[in-house]
Amino acid sequence: MASVTRLVGDLATAEDAVQDACLAAVQQWPVQGVPANPRAWLISVARHKALDAVRRDARRGRRELVAAREAPTDGAGGPGTADTDPPTGSVGTGAGTAADELALIFMCCHPALEPSVRVALTLRAVCGLATAEIAAVFLVPEATMAKRLTRAKRKIRDAGIALRMPEPPALAERLDAVLRVVYLVFTEGHKASAGDTLVRADLCDRAVELARCLRTLLPDEPEVAGLLALLLLTDARRAARVDPNGDLVLLEEQDRRLWRRDAIAEGEALLEAALRAGRPGPYQLHAAIAACHSTAARADDTDWRQIALLYAELLRHEPSPVVEANRAVAVAMAGDLDAGLRILDSLGGQERLRRWPALHLARADLLRRAGRHAEAAQAYRAARGLGLTPAEQRFVERRLGRLGS
Amino acid sequence: MKYLFLLYAPEGPPEDPDDVEYAETYRAWAQTLAEMSEAGVLIDCAPLRPVSSATTVRVRDGRTLLTDGPAAEVREQVGGYTLVECDDLDEALRWASRIPSARTGWVEVRPVLPTRAPTP
Repeated sequence: MASVTRLVGDLATAEDAVQDACLAAVQQWPVQGVPANPRAWLISVARHKALDAVRRDARRGRRELVAAREAPTDGAGGPGTADTDPPTGSVGTGAGTAADELALIFMCCHPALEPSVRVALTLRAVCGLATAEIAAVFLVPEATMAKRLTRAKRKIRDAGIALRMPEPPALAERLDAVLRVVYLVFTEGHKASAGDTLVRADLCDRAVELARCLRTLLPDEPEVAGLLALLLLTDARRAARVDPNGDLVLLEEQDRRLWRRDAIAEGEALLEAALRAGRPGPYQLHAAIAACHSTAARADDTDWRQIALLYAELLRHEPSPVVEANRAVAVAMAGDLDAGLRILDSLGGQERLRRWPALHLARADLLRRAGRHAEAAQAYRAARGLGLTPAEQRFVERRLGRLGS
Repeated sequence: MKYLFLLYAPEGPPEDPDDVEYAETYRAWAQTLAEMSEAGVLIDCAPLRPVSSATTVRVRDGRTLLTDGPAAEVREQVGGYTLVECDDLDEALRWASRIPSARTGWVEVRPVLPTRAPTP
């Protein structure tokens, strides 16, 4: 997709071309045999199909811009014969492809696009998810998602969003937008916002792949390494997060033997290397917090004091009530339950945050630990009244059952 | 690719050329326009007279209706425009962010649809 889009500069044309190429493969490979390099073959065919489409458009005088890009790239080879030819030269080989991939990610995550469509577009164009699958992620009808994607692609084309890496002054800001999209893909998979399954493994895998790809392409950006580390460390706990009934298992109750040691080791090594650059950022800090959990052999060994400090540092980068609430829990778990509850109560003073179920869940847990069972039950019920996912709801019921109310 | 920057700002009383702030804004404009020319992106740029001088034209059923003032009475009105030729949106956005109006109001960046306009 990336190398075809780079050629024609238009996502919609490229997408059609790739589909045509796959169709050609389905028809030709069984007869003529699978080519030596199927990927390169597909790219080559898709590029020719795309150029055909561009030529058709150009003849209609519609896309001068696209037509202008076409001329120098394609030499004498006629499109008619080229379709069946094996690829030659630079097609689909070497560093060009990686750079194309990166440029495609940056294009899909352009800040001129509406934030939620950036995630959808990345899933479509970079990860290759079908529109129906993306629609399922966002809980909208397929037709709605198709319309959103079409609108975004049209904006990319009409507004002249370029398929290339942003230049250094804008790079940092644009990279933030890209990292955010990858992180959102992961969190959407890690804790599906609705529906009955808690983990959408496919989305977690895609996010890790994307982060890995970014890491390869931008090896000197500590936040990129921080993001990959964070995803690996969090994803390592996937198997332990959900019990056989599909219910949520809290971190402290997880069977740590189910954690993937290889992913943890990789995440920790990445994080260490990133921190050595001396440019800490939110993803590195989140990863450092995740590492505090993954290095504890038992839940009781968790260094909560360190986690509280990391959240305090994170607040400077990301001043949000979510971070503050997490800091409150860490402070409480480090031994000062009252201090933790005081922080949560001060957050609860804001009307908007009182409607946030996670705040009540956190408060309920601390009250339970403090032995204030009646208040804990009340807080669980408050959370339940604010709309929880089915799995969260079952968790709250179990807690209420144990509290005897 | 051509982009039209529509410069929006709350319309206030006429600016006083002796005002310090006015001089500051004027200098910033001169600087940005000089840089745009230097880079070869600037096609045209001008401020507009206040909306009190605007006339809105509508033709309905063959009849021409004229109304005094802007098409919509809103606080922020287009107070000027800049037309540029850039390679892509990122370049256009970079220039738009350097326009002084972006600091007091906002700049709407609109890609111009390429057409062959009839030449007089």
